[in-house]
Amino acid sequence: MAYFLQQLVNGIALGSIYGLIAIGYTMVYGIIGMINFAHGDIFMVGAFIALILFLALLSFGLTFVPVALLLVLIAAMLLTAVWGWTVERIAYRPLRESFRLAPLITAIGMSIVLQNFIQVAQGARVKPLQPVVTGGYQIFSQNGFEVSVSNIQILIVVTTVALMGVFWMLITRTALGRAQRACEQDRLMAALSGVNVDRTISLTFVMGAALAAVAGLLYLLYYGVIDFFIGFVAGIKAFTAAVFGGIGSLPGAMLGGLVIGLIETFWSAYFSIEYKDVAAFAMLAVVLIFFPSGLLGRPEVEKV
Amino acid sequence: MAGPVQKESHRLKSALIDATLAAFVAFALFSLTLGVKTVDSVGGLTLKARPMLLATVVGIVFVGRLLLNLFWWNGTWKAPRFKRWLPAWPIPNVAAYGTQYGGIGLVIAAALFPIITYALDAALNLDLPLRYLFDLSILVLTYVMLGFGLNIVVGLAGLLDLGYVAFYAVGAYTFALLAAHFGLGFWMCLPLAGLLAALWGIMLGFPVLRLRGDYLAIVTLAFGEIIRIVLLNWTEVTNGPNGISDIPKPTFFGLAFRPTGEHTFAGFFGISYDPLHGIIFLYYVILALALVTSLVTVRLRRLPIGRAWEAMREDEIACRSLGINTTIAKLTAFATGALFGGLAGSFFATRQGFISPESFTFIESAIILAIVVLGGMGSQIGVVLAAIVMIGGFELLRNMEFLRVVFGPDFDPSQYRMLLFGLAMVGIMLWRPRGIISSREPSIVLNERRAVSGDLVKEGHA
Repeated sequence: MAYFLQQLVNGIALGSIYGLIAIGYTMVYGIIGMINFAHGDIFMVGAFIALILFLALLSFGLTFVPVALLLVLIAAMLLTAVWGWTVERIAYRPLRESFRLAPLITAIGMSIVLQNFIQVAQGARVKPLQPVVTGGYQIFSQNGFEVSVSNIQILIVVTTVALMGVFWMLITRTALGRAQRACEQDRLMAALSGVNVDRTISLTFVMGAALAAVAGLLYLLYYGVIDFFIGFVAGIKAFTAAVFGGIGSLPGAMLGGLVIGLIETFWSAYFSIEYKDVAAFAMLAVVLIFFPSGLLGRPEVEKV
Repeated sequence: MAGPVQKESHRLKSALIDATLAAFVAFALFSLTLGVKTVDSVGGLTLKARPMLLATVVGIVFVGRLLLNLFWWNGTWKAPRFKRWLPAWPIPNVAAYGTQYGGIGLVIAAALFPIITYALDAALNLDLPLRYLFDLSILVLTYVMLGFGLNIVVGLAGLLDLGYVAFYAVGAYTFALLAAHFGLGFWMCLPLAGLLAALWGIMLGFPVLRLRGDYLAIVTLAFGEIIRIVLLNWTEVTNGPNGISDIPKPTFFGLAFRPTGEHTFAGFFGISYDPLHGIIFLYYVILALALVTSLVTVRLRRLPIGRAWEAMREDEIACRSLGINTTIAKLTAFATGALFGGLAGSFFATRQGFISPESFTFIESAIILAIVVLGGMGSQIGVVLAAIVMIGGFELLRNMEFLRVVFGPDFDPSQYRMLLFGLAMVGIMLWRPRGIISSREPSIVLNERRAVSGDLVKEGHA
């Protein structure tokens, strides 16, 4: 029981990170209907930016953790957002009216570019960061087995919930969100009613990249090491999560992230750590057989 | 008459503003990622600033953007003529006038290539790097074959498959395991590997029958990863990350390519042994395999099942209401594509002599898909051209030692290979969004044969 609870806590923390990345996939898919393959690597770039910012702050002698965290969070979100914007501007916008596989190929190309750019610029070695957020609480104890929640896990869940709330408000309550939903339904019609479609799409990428930066920061704090390749695995998992929950649906992305995180954690805990990815992917295939458009996705209605 | 002058200064001003903005963006992008380097040191990571590098990159962006603004996009310079010339590069003409002749020409050239180079080298003592040349051609041909195979799934049937490498892996491991445990030879295992891969294609096909578009893409991607992870972890059978080595080479009607021993190729024909013989033979094997794939594709397109694939690609609902069994169509498409993937994998195993899960990562699937899409989907010559450009170009970057003269002795060109590869992928796609060869032969003609521009065809709405 205690073991189970501990794994539940770990799974939720991991799932929150996946969920944050998955939101970027799902928003982009919702608005322009493409898989942004470079999103996982935007997450990786975000993690590197956060790492470098931490190191810079430390070398300036700033050791008060909350302030450092807040500064890094804001700066990393801003700088990573520029990356998201640039990728969209260079690789996707010129192909907006092209056939569907064209932006997919540039997305894969961009993913290769980002990975190798970071590898060339920062080196291929694993980058460690000393623990920034330490400590935790012991919430439960049974037969000598303790269930503990570390502060970083609390930070991850709180940040995720808060950001989800903010983005949910942004999309349902603001003019930008309305424009986004309009573009999602019909881009031409939205343009005719005065929505600046290009700007809206750019902002979607900016928002997705900012969330990916937060995920990158949390990942860095949680695991303490990053390398140029983390974006690939995390990206695939997050995309799986987005599809799991129903691609295009914001709550679905979060739900999918949690489910994937939990499956992975429990599989590692009870069966074998090597096959945790197989478990997550197989589960995806099984779910898609019964819900072909994901758990919370709307079935695609096609008019003939 | 102050108009044009004023316009000129206005243009310069806006170009300057634009370039400054671009420089700002570049600064935001690269300030931390490139301008600072993380260095391993005793007490953990430390930072090393690289202001000169950052300034150079931002400067290049500023100047480049300014020049583009002033001359290229405004079209005052020679730019418009150059621009008009660029897309009308002879390639489309080749496609429009000589698809069949171009194809036959390519085949003849490919068939004669090793003989001519070998003979020339022997006759004139040119001392060409023959071994490297043939190895590279074999590699390119392997990708051509994989491209042809994937083209059936993506180009003809319109099913976006991101896990094609799984079948490649199945083929390779089938041969390697059969050879290691039962001592079977290449020619015995080749059909078995193909059939087994086709079976896996059907097994993948079943669960994804109801899925559309990107749901299909992610499941195929997941399938590819599952196969790779299983190969990596199922150590008892696959030997895990250490892979399988000592995979036998194919024989020429029972004659082995060995320096000594019985039944050797050199001994039977009474010529002196040359290790190149084996490589040239491998070249012809893969050439034949690729040609078979190509021929089967061309013929299948004329069969009812091929037409069903193309109809399904264009409109699945219309296809179903016309009474075409889309289940059968999808499964056969997956199976046929997988079959050729498996054959190619089996060849890969015999050529390398060693396989490990390392060779079957997602990036391979992405490269094969890129070759199909960059070549122009559905176009066979396009696939060949794209494979030559991407794989050949990629290899060429290995030999860029002369760049050290420009960038200093610490410069390692091979580090930049993947980076340039990715940039090339993006660049070619932006330059020709429909692929290098964007016109297609219609599969059914009414009265007269006309070249169909790629722009008129909706394809791969996967």
